Amino acid sequence: MTSPVPIAAARGLCSCHVCQFVSRRAQGAQVAHCPRCGARLHFRKPGSVQRCWALVIASYILYIPANALVMMETGSLISYRKDTIVSGVVHLWKTGSWMIAVIVFIASVAIPLLKLFSLTLLLISVQRRSTWNPRQRTRLYRLVEAVGRWSMLDIYVVTLLAALVQLGSMATVKAGPAAVAFGAVVVLTMFATMEFDPRLIWDPLQKEEFHD
Amino acid sequence: MPDRTAQLIACHDCDLLQRDIQLNPGCYASCPRCGAVLYRNATDSVDRTLAYTLAAAMVFLGANVFPIFSIEVQGDRSAITLFEAVLSLWDQEMRTISLLVFLTAMVAPAVELLSLTYLLLPLKLGKVPPSYPLFMRVLQFIEPWCMVEVLMLGVLVSLVKLTNNFRVIPGMALWSFAVLTLLLAAAAASFNARDVWAQLDAAWQGQGEP
Repeated sequence: MTSPVPIAAARGLCSCHVCQFVSRRAQGAQVAHCPRCGARLHFRKPGSVQRCWALVIASYILYIPANALVMMETGSLISYRKDTIVSGVVHLWKTGSWMIAVIVFIASVAIPLLKLFSLTLLLISVQRRSTWNPRQRTRLYRLVEAVGRWSMLDIYVVTLLAALVQLGSMATVKAGPAAVAFGAVVVLTMFATMEFDPRLIWDPLQKEEFHD
Repeated sequence: MPDRTAQLIACHDCDLLQRDIQLNPGCYASCPRCGAVLYRNATDSVDRTLAYTLAAAMVFLGANVFPIFSIEVQGDRSAITLFEAVLSLWDQEMRTISLLVFLTAMVAPAVELLSLTYLLLPLKLGKVPPSYPLFMRVLQFIEPWCMVEVLMLGVLVSLVKLTNNFRVIPGMALWSFAVLTLLLAAAAASFNARDVWAQLDAAWQGQGEP
């Protein structure tokens, strides 16, 4: 029963997801609560892979309108532009703000794609019970968790510009429909990252399977 | 049999069971299997976090009251605060975005600062805040949604974009947000959830309640 490496779940010990308190819990028992903080105890996040897949697929779908539709409309007396996320970055690059172009590119293009591809890779490897390089995959998960929030950058930029330039009479900036889709992608991928349980990466190294 | 599980810690990333050992100040313990940081021994954790939190709360007020920046068009000056930006987007029928910005840039930091104060101030005074497990949970839930540092970068990017076409005057809130970003990072770095749990539990048992 006991594995060579001490795994909490294999010894009937459960770590609380709120307060990290380790307590004993029988496998297959009914609902259990943390003796310290009262949160529900789970050996593994329940339905982690399914929920994460659902959120990732929803994000992939929303990623299409987020990039195909207009993110920001800018108009002045002499010019009028409709920009998608990518064309906005290209425009910034061409007008010489290459530093800002790089920042926006990383936050709005690189990070969402990194998140989606990484989560897909992690989900597939977990479902196949792969034992390939778990340390690196855990590191990838931590990276996704850490950088995910930065994709909100464009949402803030659009909000500030649309609100401020609206007041000036000479020019207008309007947020386009892509902003909503992009905001949804950011929020959904953040939820997907929270739903994913990195302990599942390590479970295939053991013979036992742990649920709930 | 004494409760031996009390000194045990299970890695949150790989579930490896380990024994909790005393750390030297400023050191952290990491999981030998997956490299996750398990816990830290932050010096004067409660004192420092409380100090940073209270300072951040004051700066946060300033960041919301004063305008972030203003633009000047042919002598006409228009300034905007964060909340005015949220309201303006709401009026432009971009309600989802407006709500998202409102929640991540205003509500989440406010909740985080209030929960930290609610937990740490009584603890510092030797009291136990009622229903502290709930607030520890709120704190854990809200933390990833508090995006002040991202907003700060967003403000800077907008600033550069605006300078192409307008005369931009930085407002008080711009500096407030910069300071707030630093203070929140400092508070997060000195906050030690594991210690706070242990101290709250000790104080709770010290009161002789169940």
